[in-house]
Amino acid sequence: MNMPLAPYEVISSGLNLFFALIIGIAFGFILERGGLGNAKKLIGQFTLTDLTVFKVMFTAIVTVMIGLFFLSAFGLANLELISNSDTYWIPQILGGLILGVGFAVAGYCPGTTIVGMATGKLDALASFLGLIFGSLVFVAIFDWIEDFYWSTHLKNDHFSQVFAIEFGTSVFIVICIAILGFITAEIIESKSRGSTQK
Amino acid sequence: MSDKCHTTYINPYLAGGLLGLVLLASFLIAGRGIGASGAISQSLAHSADFLNISNAYLEEQKYSNSFWSSWIVIEVIGIFIGAFLSAKFAGRIKKETIKGDSISHSSRLRQALIGGLLMGLAARLARGCTSGQALSGGAMLSVGSWAFMLSIFIGAYIAIVFVRKSWS
Repeated sequence: MNMPLAPYEVISSGLNLFFALIIGIAFGFILERGGLGNAKKLIGQFTLTDLTVFKVMFTAIVTVMIGLFFLSAFGLANLELISNSDTYWIPQILGGLILGVGFAVAGYCPGTTIVGMATGKLDALASFLGLIFGSLVFVAIFDWIEDFYWSTHLKNDHFSQVFAIEFGTSVFIVICIAILGFITAEIIESKSRGSTQK
Repeated sequence: MSDKCHTTYINPYLAGGLLGLVLLASFLIAGRGIGASGAISQSLAHSADFLNISNAYLEEQKYSNSFWSSWIVIEVIGIFIGAFLSAKFAGRIKKETIKGDSISHSSRLRQALIGGLLMGLAARLARGCTSGQALSGGAMLSVGSWAFMLSIFIGAYIAIVFVRKSWS
């Protein structure tokens, strides 16, 4: 089997768009089911009362990473054909910091804004309008920041290339980090529950 | 927290595993990850095209021939439908404003707008948001995506010191 399907033209672009809709529906459905359309639950990650965001993100990352590793090892999927933006260190770190501030202030990240909005949350609607304005501001100031936007570029940005280790070793390290993170998250949550019960 | 939902939220590890399978399917079918904020810049690019406005950034952002053939636009419409269906089945569709007790309705909406604005700007600078860059790029083991993800947490933990009161 030649995967990824669309880049190998195994499926038509129309069918690819149909799958885009299905993938989006599944993604939105699960985010809502997990409680990630509710700002109070999301903000619990930062007030350290509910670490759902971390648990969901890292379980998802580990699942995908293991899946891609084995599919690639068995020759079933060509990871070279999966598009992924190169690294631009400073713009991405600064972008992350600003996005984090926005997340704590808005109570949503961009994806969960869509989820909250779909379930009738007016604050999510306000966040969505903000996202559009923010994107427009970026477009308006792009000429001034263009050099910065393309700065500190790193093309070969896979863990195994940057740290000169095997793909499998990277996967193993991330799994270890995730497990340690899950244990820490459970401890933090149980302490938080303990202190609110007193 | 007195209002109870008809159906409680599912276990976060289960939700994460299922989201991972969906993201894996996206990589294997479309050859790309799942995004959110990109749909807005795609929409802006096609709107600018329609209005005959030329902009260096939007020109570069135009991945598809039209709005309706943009993969990420269709995918985000899907997110909206999926979230709506899930909430509908769980009896959670409700016109409401999620906020702390100590903040007024209008302040909360203003805050959400400002937070959204910062995120809209930041996501363009970082070439993706929590979904497209941190989650999808993180699973692809891109160091930039991990640096971005770590920065999100640092930024949010710094900001929460100042906005914590509005959430209590």
